Amino acid sequence: MERLGAAFLIAGVVTFLLGFVLQGVLPMVTYRKLPVKTLAEISQDIPEEFRQLAEDYPEEFTRAFGEVNPASFAQALSRGRAVYIAEGCWHCHSQYVRPVSQEDLRFGPVSNAAEYNNELNLPPLFGTRRVGPDLIREAGKHSNDWHIAHFFEPRDVAPYSVMPPYRWFFDDKGRPNKDALAITAYVQWLGSWVEQVPQTIYNVDALAGAKQ
Amino acid sequence: MTPATSPQRQLVNVALVRAHLVASATAFAILLLAGLAFALQFMQYYPFPGIPALSPGRVRMVHTNMAAYGFIANAFIAGLLWAIPRLTKRPILSDGLGWLIFWAWQGILVLTFLGILGGYAQAIEWGETPIFVDPLVLVGLVLLVTNLAHPIFKTRERGLYVSLWYFLAAFAWTGLVYFMGNYMPQFWVPGAPGAAIAGLFIHDLVGLFVTPIGWGLMYFFVPLLLKKPIWSHALSLIGFWGIAFFYPMQGVHHFLWSPIPMYAQYGAVVATIAIEVVVVTVIVNFFGTLYGRSDAMRSNLPIRWFYVGMLNYALTCLQCAIQVTLTVQKVIHFTDWVVGHAHLVMFGVFGFWIMGMMVELWPQVVGRPWYSTRLLTAHFWLTTIGMTSMFVILMAGGLVQGYLWGSLAHWADSVVYSLPFWWARTLTGLLIILGTGLFFYNMWATARQPAPAYVPGAATAEA
Repeated sequence: MERLGAAFLIAGVVTFLLGFVLQGVLPMVTYRKLPVKTLAEISQDIPEEFRQLAEDYPEEFTRAFGEVNPASFAQALSRGRAVYIAEGCWHCHSQYVRPVSQEDLRFGPVSNAAEYNNELNLPPLFGTRRVGPDLIREAGKHSNDWHIAHFFEPRDVAPYSVMPPYRWFFDDKGRPNKDALAITAYVQWLGSWVEQVPQTIYNVDALAGAKQ
Repeated sequence: MTPATSPQRQLVNVALVRAHLVASATAFAILLLAGLAFALQFMQYYPFPGIPALSPGRVRMVHTNMAAYGFIANAFIAGLLWAIPRLTKRPILSDGLGWLIFWAWQGILVLTFLGILGGYAQAIEWGETPIFVDPLVLVGLVLLVTNLAHPIFKTRERGLYVSLWYFLAAFAWTGLVYFMGNYMPQFWVPGAPGAAIAGLFIHDLVGLFVTPIGWGLMYFFVPLLLKKPIWSHALSLIGFWGIAFFYPMQGVHHFLWSPIPMYAQYGAVVATIAIEVVVVTVIVNFFGTLYGRSDAMRSNLPIRWFYVGMLNYALTCLQCAIQVTLTVQKVIHFTDWVVGHAHLVMFGVFGFWIMGMMVELWPQVVGRPWYSTRLLTAHFWLTTIGMTSMFVILMAGGLVQGYLWGSLAHWADSVVYSLPFWWARTLTGLLIILGTGLFFYNMWATARQPAPAYVPGAATAEA
């Protein structure tokens, strides 16, 4: 039975490879010319929110990351992303805006492949469920303070939220620790490469201003 | 346990099958509790607030990983250890290796459990097994395939039965899929193409590991229990090759309307609809087999589990052919609809088959008749009602969420209007937990009965 058995093993390998080429390799080929940004390259563009974080929590920030520079920003991003993954944030928050269901009005510009071609999307955090909103256009929509308060007790700033509090991001006095600053820096980075903070239904004041 | 060298070696290593069944049941208990805890978070009744290791986000990953690698994998290994020697009339390569794999696999589960709770999860859906566990899984899979493929390759039977086709293909697929999904997006392929690979992994884990072994076991158990051959060998052929051809090329349908190239998305949609046509042949084949013996649905509990699982399979496939279209995706993607679909596939189909298999095998591996058939029946009905209503509730809740999002309602509205569905979902989960509690009590009570003189079906044969 060696021959017949081997036929099924080989059939398994061949059908796997066929699917792998069609669904995995071809997208790679399509995007082969998109440059892959390293963390060092990404961290050159320090968003305003990160500088603000150093001013909002000077003592904690200095202890955690030192000064505001690309190196400390890179450290914060990488740590923040690690926290995001460890806590399974990506199971309840997606990271891509679709061109349907009015998502551009709700979140901001539709996602494109170039935005994801970097070291911080290894693996990509597209997500599969939205219990909370999408986060890829989150940068600048809320203040750092809002995020810190939200991690401490989500319902204090979002009354109907079902997100759990993350008290272990804070010390005994309720001051944010390194993880809190890092994940805030990470979330405030998501979409910071978009020219302007999108005018969406979340920026209620901005929208009201636009209507006049 | 008889040593591997003994000429009187048992054809089936019953103790090994029993050990895997117990491990599967244990993992099932853990995943049920993890699922319940996570469900309670949605109503602000989370039982372990403020404990980092028991944070809802981490417990959710325990729920899914215990389902795939604890509950399903252990039960399937038990099924393979039972079926392959009987189909080939040869024992597995080595009983010692079998036990090594058993303990290695449970070690992998413990490491996965602790790793996820400790914050070392990997950001790959269904592949949250920490990075340091992945090489162990691959080694474990290679050993498992070596042990189980040996009797198939060495059999002196004429021809290979359809179950063995599925098993062999799955042996080739599982390791490849696991390696691809856990390594490529993690280390080499970032961004949208990486997401395409991750999608392929989510899909292939169900399609190329769980599905073929599940169907292979059905092709083994159903004719055996109905005491008649499978209805049509031609349909078996079409079903197997159709699944083998179309299943591996659908991964991107998990990320429709994403930055992955549209041609890959269209391809995934077409291949998905194609396979739903193919699986109809498999379902027709099994219901053709049942024709004339439908009394077994009443009298034979494993058959009832198997065929209700197949009805759920038909339902998921129909649902899948509809939900995979780009139109329906606009509304239901990211909603509880998908969660309902996932539960119906993984538990409503494969979980049901595993339950049927446990009902069939447990008395044989402990050498005692079931303690109570009434408890078994209660288990079936509680689970069936719980699972079916959970599916309907999550599907309905998903539609509510999807339409609220599309109408630009405030995000909080989509949460508030979901609460009744989340409550109902939790209650249906409690029904499943209650049924399973009865079942586990029944298993325990069965095993501790005094040994009867007659041991049903404990097969022994010379190797």
